[in-house]
Amino acid sequence: MSQAKVPAWVSVGLIPLLNILLAFLVSGLVFLAIGEDPIEAAGYLVYGAFGYDEGIGYTLYYATNLIFTGLAVSVAFKAGLFNIGGEGQAYIGGLGVGLLCLWFDSSLPLLVIAPLAIIGGALFGAAWAYIPAYLQARRGSHIVITTIMFNFIASSLMVYLMVNWLKAEGVMSPISRTFEESAWLPYMHDIFAPFGFDIGDSPLNLAFVLALLCCVFYWALVWHTRWGYQLRTVGTNPTAAQYAGIDNAKVTIWVMLISGGLAGLVGVNEIMGVNHNLLLNFTAGYGFAGIAVALMGRNHPIGIVLAAMLFGALYQGGAELSFEIPTITPEIVVVIQGLVILFSGALENMFKGKIEGLFLRKAAA
Amino acid sequence: MFETLILILDATLRVSTPLILAALAGLFSERSGIVDIGLEGKMLAGAFAAAAAAAVFGSAWIGLLFAIAASVSLALIHGFACITHRGDHIVSGVAINTIVAGLTVTLGLDWFDQGGQTPSLTGDARFTPITFPFADQLADVPVIGLIYSELLSGHNILVYLAFAMVPLTYWIVFKTRFGLRLRAVGENPHAVDTAGISVALVRYRAVIICGILCGLAGAYLSTAHNAGFLKDMSAGKGYMALAALIFGKWRPVPVLCACLLFGFLDALAVRLQGVSLPGIGEVPVQAIEVLPYVLTVLLLAGFIGKAVGPKAIGKPYVKERA
Repeated sequence: MSQAKVPAWVSVGLIPLLNILLAFLVSGLVFLAIGEDPIEAAGYLVYGAFGYDEGIGYTLYYATNLIFTGLAVSVAFKAGLFNIGGEGQAYIGGLGVGLLCLWFDSSLPLLVIAPLAIIGGALFGAAWAYIPAYLQARRGSHIVITTIMFNFIASSLMVYLMVNWLKAEGVMSPISRTFEESAWLPYMHDIFAPFGFDIGDSPLNLAFVLALLCCVFYWALVWHTRWGYQLRTVGTNPTAAQYAGIDNAKVTIWVMLISGGLAGLVGVNEIMGVNHNLLLNFTAGYGFAGIAVALMGRNHPIGIVLAAMLFGALYQGGAELSFEIPTITPEIVVVIQGLVILFSGALENMFKGKIEGLFLRKAAA
Repeated sequence: MFETLILILDATLRVSTPLILAALAGLFSERSGIVDIGLEGKMLAGAFAAAAAAAVFGSAWIGLLFAIAASVSLALIHGFACITHRGDHIVSGVAINTIVAGLTVTLGLDWFDQGGQTPSLTGDARFTPITFPFADQLADVPVIGLIYSELLSGHNILVYLAFAMVPLTYWIVFKTRFGLRLRAVGENPHAVDTAGISVALVRYRAVIICGILCGLAGAYLSTAHNAGFLKDMSAGKGYMALAALIFGKWRPVPVLCACLLFGFLDALAVRLQGVSLPGIGEVPVQAIEVLPYVLTVLLLAGFIGKAVGPKAIGKPYVKERA
């Protein structure tokens, strides 16, 4: 019995797929409950997300944020930590990006500002993750609770800074002045235009490339460095890690710094790439959506990119859907997102035992 | 000055009520070993169900029943994932919060066609203030009159219920057989199992009680404190209740104190908006708003006392089989 093994395609392919199908099936029921045809709605969703150039651009733009937060949640998962504070880290990361742009936009060229802002965003995000990480590693407070609290603290801090210090003069709403164009990350459609490609106007910008680079970084770090090995050991068996001479507390702190830094890069896409000023609530739930992306992507960069594209498509398609059928709100996408978290996260063991048992018995026979 | 203080305390009671109900809900769940960050979602679902049913049937009490039903269903999903299928408690809680945030608006728009809100409630569709006997006559008596007529009298039934729940919770958790078992499954489920008691059953009962209390908290938000459901109207109160639960170290009376403290800070923040204090100057509202979270972080880190949760919290129980 102990010799029999479940084939890899079952545990990596079949079971996750079943869970996601179930999530979509229940989502279909929600559509039926509000009297809409799920097939027709899915048609609008797919067309809105992939049917035309601008749609694809928007899909990839949303996916950019989700790749950052998905990687952030995932790298912490790898070390057995639940970073639920991606929202706050992204918020503070955006503050870092915004501050650098506001300081240097009239004195430095883009080639200098861009790397500065990227590093600044990552550092701010990492700093916001550092305190919960330190408290978990050295003082034993639970990281989930502390990161939740830090989301609220980040939100209050941003309101205070925006209203009292960073608000542009002569406007009512709490937004900063618009950056000079030297601090705008180039749009993809502007990059492609000189080569004769017209990919339609969308907010998609260079941050997408940064997100893909982060995936490569994640892959190399987790599976191809000594440090990544330590990280995975701590995640799989902290006691064994300790006996092997790994400093668990140190790993906890480092992995949370990386996680926070990745989440902070959302600010590069949102602040430098799209809004071009500092504003409130630009994180719009991406930190929480990152949990769904990480779970669905099975904590692997390729999976995370695919899951981020799927959720990006849902965001963009959801906007299209509510435009076509006004009785549907874009919030229905949030329901689908929640159902994915439920079925491929919390209920991931629901079929596992039965299906694996089936294959084990077949293998034994 | 005295009158202002009474008004702030009066507001404190009203703001604390949903916190107390939700924190006690969390107390039952977490004492049994089930982490519940889904308090927020259950409260929001309760608020929506209460307002929707009250709008349709014209009765706040029917709304309350629906709120409890909605919240308990979610609690059972949480239990199904965490107890039966040994899923991650945090992931399940996040899932519930996310689903509810989307579903309430989606259903609200479909049913009432008001941008995700429910129609405003009036008359019997809301819980109305209860005036104590002679409250109006006594209002002019110095000190006591104001306390009696303004602070104690004139709240709705759910406020009084929330405060009555505190001693009741204490009695259930610390003085009954069920309470002993509840605390035992949260500390050492193996011992409970050895005694021939079903760990799963005790935990399911705990999450159902948690659901009922969250339903009450939700109904309070939409049919007592406000007159209808608004998108995201729980606005982080579930998380603040969680903070109060930790701040009160999972014990009913300290939890009540934590809720009152957080509620007081909230009421104070509203009062201090734009007010310049002598010697200090204008205190930013955000600094007061953020205090509950900062205090909880400090407590958890052991800088002001120490909060130690139930030992088996968040760990699935796997029954040993020969």
